[in-house]
Amino acid sequence: MTNLTEKLPSAGAVLFVQRPLWQRVLLSEYLVVLLCIVYFVAMIPIVPQIASLQTFQNILSDMLPLIVVALGQTVILIIAGVDLSMTAIIAMASVVGASVMTGTGGPLAGSPLATPAGILTMLGVGAAIGWFNGFCVAWLRMPPFMVTLATTMFFSGVAIWYVTLKSTTTSIANLPRSFVVIGQGKIYGIPHSLWVAIAVGVAIHLILTRTVFGRQLFAIGNNRVTSEVSGVPVARRVHMAFVISGLCAAIGSILYTGRLETGSPIIGANILLDIIGAAVIGGTSLSGGKGKVIWTVMGVLFLVLLDQSLKLMGLTLFMVFAIKGAVILAAAIADAARTRLSGR
Amino acid sequence: MAYLQVENISKSFFGVPVLHGVGFTLERGEILGLIGENGSGKSTSMNILGGVLQPDAGQMKIAGETYAPASSRDALERGISFIHQELNLFPNLSIEENLFIRGFPRPRPWLPVIDRKRIRRRTEQLLDMIELKVPPSTLVSRLSQGERQLVEIAKALSTDAKIIIFDEPTTSLTRREIDRLFNIIARLKAQGIGIIYISHILGDVKRLADRVAVLRDGMLIGAGPIGEFSVDRMISMMVGRSISQLFPGRRGTRTSEVVLEVKGLTQPGMIRDVSFTISRGEVLGLSGLLGAGRSETARIIFGLAPYRSGSVKVLGKTLPANHPRAAMEAGIAFLTEDRRGEGLMMNAPIYDNLALPNLDTHARPPTGWIDRTTLALRAEELSRRVQLNAVDIASVLARNLSGGNQQKVVLAKWLMRRPDVFILDEPTRGVDVGAKAEIYKIVNTLVEDGCAVLMISSETEELIGMCDRILAMSNGEVRATFEREEFDQERILEAAMQNGRREVA
Repeated sequence: MTNLTEKLPSAGAVLFVQRPLWQRVLLSEYLVVLLCIVYFVAMIPIVPQIASLQTFQNILSDMLPLIVVALGQTVILIIAGVDLSMTAIIAMASVVGASVMTGTGGPLAGSPLATPAGILTMLGVGAAIGWFNGFCVAWLRMPPFMVTLATTMFFSGVAIWYVTLKSTTTSIANLPRSFVVIGQGKIYGIPHSLWVAIAVGVAIHLILTRTVFGRQLFAIGNNRVTSEVSGVPVARRVHMAFVISGLCAAIGSILYTGRLETGSPIIGANILLDIIGAAVIGGTSLSGGKGKVIWTVMGVLFLVLLDQSLKLMGLTLFMVFAIKGAVILAAAIADAARTRLSGR
Repeated sequence: MAYLQVENISKSFFGVPVLHGVGFTLERGEILGLIGENGSGKSTSMNILGGVLQPDAGQMKIAGETYAPASSRDALERGISFIHQELNLFPNLSIEENLFIRGFPRPRPWLPVIDRKRIRRRTEQLLDMIELKVPPSTLVSRLSQGERQLVEIAKALSTDAKIIIFDEPTTSLTRREIDRLFNIIARLKAQGIGIIYISHILGDVKRLADRVAVLRDGMLIGAGPIGEFSVDRMISMMVGRSISQLFPGRRGTRTSEVVLEVKGLTQPGMIRDVSFTISRGEVLGLSGLLGAGRSETARIIFGLAPYRSGSVKVLGKTLPANHPRAAMEAGIAFLTEDRRGEGLMMNAPIYDNLALPNLDTHARPPTGWIDRTTLALRAEELSRRVQLNAVDIASVLARNLSGGNQQKVVLAKWLMRRPDVFILDEPTRGVDVGAKAEIYKIVNTLVEDGCAVLMISSETEELIGMCDRILAMSNGEVRATFEREEFDQERILEAAMQNGRREVA
């Protein structure tokens, strides 16, 4: 590295300028970790209960299903898309899966096959809706925003209608114990859903970083035309990304449905902003080509920490919503600022 | 004091300086020829003058008053019009609508309708000034390139321009259209309009300009009355070296083994009956004007565009149409003319760019699990081979590189596939002279190793320096083939200017 400066021709020189501290902090990958710590410490004097085992356990159990779903969203954001239909997929998988498993009038009531069949059904519903989204986006070249907005409305409606066919109430209860335990069971205080989330996280991490498919997803998000010219089968990859997103929503649905012990059409109704927000807070760019599993996990951590602390402070649900909205907006602004800054 | 004074202008992009302290003056009624290689800073300095870019340092004055345009609108208001190489006209609108698109006059200020009569009258006046004898309501799409150029001039005149910048105005014009343009430029000069004329065609500059300014690597190398500059002197000042130094010799000659065979390629509206072969160790040049069908031919061969009839064969195997991956697997590599839009992921590190077309060849088939070690080693090896002057390929983003280094990244990413056929579409566009010579060297090594190269370039000199054979295309057809012994800049240009239908009309 001795004669480095001599090797650089004048017009080809790359200049490295030491950025001011605030810029380095803003551009840091681990900005969110820093924010979490600062926020946590700042909250201790206001709500001391935040530093309790109970709160930690609450935070963890709130995080797990959200992580699984937000990771699916991350995959879509990486290709510069967006999947608004995840909440509808959660609802649809929940009610259809529950109708297969339920002990009251379900086709497999009481059978030991009920749980595996139910899980497969839920994954199938997720994959199918994801497949349809992907088909429209990848092959019919429709904007993902439009497609997934439409499927959201459609399947949210269908989920409610489906419940009225299968049940006299607004949800489908009496699910097998072996299913419910996935969402709420624990051994030595460690929830089973932790293992599910870890499995999904590791799988997606490996897919994104170590496989041709994953690297090509980043390329598509970075520059679709360049990818095409470089031989990436763009449509096939985009299609598959939406299937993965659908599957993640379905796995999330398994955890949520298990926790609630019922299949409900409104099960994921309020978490859409959390899903996208968590990914963006973590640092995944809305303009595509950037994203990491660990970032999204940290984004989820921050959102859930915020949520818990605000609830501990006794704020109303509406206040919690407003504050979360403001934080996600701030994250989006930070995302834009980072894009601008790193452009200099 | 000169009418326009430009003093000490400097500008950097992403920390890479592209202009250092450039200054020149322009009187009213004077024609300044501005020359320099691609990437020498001509367009940047003109974009600053035209208000598109803002300088980092330096100042400009018009008639002694400070001139610091924040937008091209500001520039227009101060009487500076910029006629770009790619014309800014709406083909689907009429001439008169194009002339007034910036602000249609109204019969009464409060009445939101267009005063068609006034537009018609004014357009007729303007068309008269440029001697274009067509009705003002003619759609621009029905005009030839030369006529469109004249409409652009009329547009400049309509804003009462005091200074008009012409950027390569003749690239897509026929000889007759060029003569007409020059007459009009002379008339504008007589009316006291100052003109900055940018061109690669030095003979034209010699013929038109009163003074010349030469840029190289973002610096003003020399300026003075045209009498002091012969064409030879202009070239050596622009290039900073003689032609023979720029094009290194190539060892080994072409073989008779045909690698790429293109037969009767036809796609209506684009190209017609294009046929040629390229052998191992041969460089075939495609010469022609913008829109002659050169890039279209290249894109069709690589599978980026469909075609109606004909065939493409690599080593005897016919390729499926419209299938870039099949072309890649058959051994074709394609360097696109649009480096930023199609060649690179500007926001990704160099390493990711290098890896992109090579992921499949470095992965285990069923899972697509990438062998990161060999991929990284290959990427390192290739970045050294193309002398990529970047500190760390894993962290430096493509957009922070100079044009030359960016182009080397594109070259390297394809070289990693060890192609049998390499299509180079404008490989040195927007690249400084030093990097140009390096790119030529890389291509030569490649050819010596037996690759067949199809090279497209708008610079005939470059084709003459690099190719074994040159095809001249115009209007989507191959007009002439030149062997090395017959290379002659004038004759190649002439063949490329053959403009069949249009010349007759």
